[in-house]
Amino acid sequence: MKGYLRADGRKGIRNIVVVVYLVECAHHVARAVVSRANSDAVQLIGFPGCFPNEYSLTMMERLCTHPNIGGVVLVSLGCEGFNRERLSKTIADSGRPVRTLVIQESGGTRRTIESGLEAVEATQREIAATPMVDMGVAELVVGTICGGSDGTSGISANPAVGRSFDTLVEQGAACIFEETGELIGCEQVMADRAATPELGQEILAAVEKAENYYRVMGYGSFAPGNAEGGLTTQEEKSLGAYAKSGASKIHGLIKPGDVVTQGGLYLLDVVPDGEPRFGFPNIVDNAEIVELIASGSHLVLFTTGRGSVVGSAISPVIKVCANPETYQKLADDMDVNAGKIIDGEGTVNSVGEEIFELVCKVADGEKTKSEELGHQEFVLTYKQFEPTGPACLPVSR
Amino acid sequence: MNDRRLVLVNENDNVLVCCGQVGAGETVVLEGESLIMGVDIHVGHKVARRAIGKGEKIFRYGAPIGSATVDIAFGEHVHMHNIKSDYIPSHTREKKMEVGQ
Repeated sequence: MKGYLRADGRKGIRNIVVVVYLVECAHHVARAVVSRANSDAVQLIGFPGCFPNEYSLTMMERLCTHPNIGGVVLVSLGCEGFNRERLSKTIADSGRPVRTLVIQESGGTRRTIESGLEAVEATQREIAATPMVDMGVAELVVGTICGGSDGTSGISANPAVGRSFDTLVEQGAACIFEETGELIGCEQVMADRAATPELGQEILAAVEKAENYYRVMGYGSFAPGNAEGGLTTQEEKSLGAYAKSGASKIHGLIKPGDVVTQGGLYLLDVVPDGEPRFGFPNIVDNAEIVELIASGSHLVLFTTGRGSVVGSAISPVIKVCANPETYQKLADDMDVNAGKIIDGEGTVNSVGEEIFELVCKVADGEKTKSEELGHQEFVLTYKQFEPTGPACLPVSR
Repeated sequence: MNDRRLVLVNENDNVLVCCGQVGAGETVVLEGESLIMGVDIHVGHKVARRAIGKGEKIFRYGAPIGSATVDIAFGEHVHMHNIKSDYIPSHTREKKMEVGQ
């Protein structure tokens, strides 16, 4: 396996230029630059809001210095609240090329698109020489998420991903599972797997926070399609989702943007701290994928029963389909058919092995279905977090 | 013994999970007994492995996934019409369910 060696020493599995709009008002210009660049290695991400927010700034810093990112072009309207100077400095400090275009100072839409395209081309020339070096499984960070879950998810795709996580963790990789609100009902079993009793207490508190938060929002993390697919309650969905975590010890409880620096299994607490504000913790699956990526995920394993088709900007998404009927309908979008477990034509072990092998191939450059189809979804909204507590941090293995 | 389309996930469960569609009116074997299914059971849905009384916990994966809101007959479809969450309400496009405790 080969990776792109960054100036900061991290290794990436893709060599991407991101064009970043820093407010919705700059979205069109940034999108036009990306469209005209016409390369799947030039991608669009952005933040729509005009009000400053520490979380979204930190997330952007982590995303723009992600190991899969080679260089960055920032597109600002000029008057928005986003701290483009701090973001630009963080990116430059990581050794990546960064260029900022301010529409109000660059002559408006047409001229900023022209200079944006020149900035992208200059960045591409600079990162073309990024050294490719050997990279091992132990250097990978792999996230997992489920979306469009149904009654099959918890007995096929999710435990198969769990099995692949066990193999990855055994080989020294870091694996991240998430959505404490989708783990309501699993808190005690999860706490029992914590590397330390103190971490177990933190996990219990994180799930309790999630339950309170969702109660204030008035809805659990449960979609109508979950019910159509046979899932009846939040805790039934949770127990199925929990199977993605496999059987390793839980080494740490991190928050979005905490970058994982050593191997092991991590739980990502995506539910904001403090009084509920700004709305639902994550409005949609891609908001969670973005958080997994901000915490360092090189690639993401996405299990689905009803059939999600999304991918993501920055990191490849491997889709593992739980339901054999869904696989028949959406085979073009699915990388792995875990529905064969339901049909009795495969086992959790055999599909887990297939997922592990595919992780290695995708890390080595093979494109996923969503990459081939051009899926590069991206969602970032307002949130607030307190710093991660000391008991949550990974302990030495 | 059970029809191979209806799978027991954990020994302690009182529901089975459908892994292959069963049509209404079909005769299936459940826990060694023959039974005519009253409704279609789609993949991913659950049926009662035994009679379950109102207020009893429903077990899947060997863990509780909610409580019965009414008496549930052996072989009956187990879903939002007869069980509810013990944590937070579920919802469909049409309506929001009640929450247990």
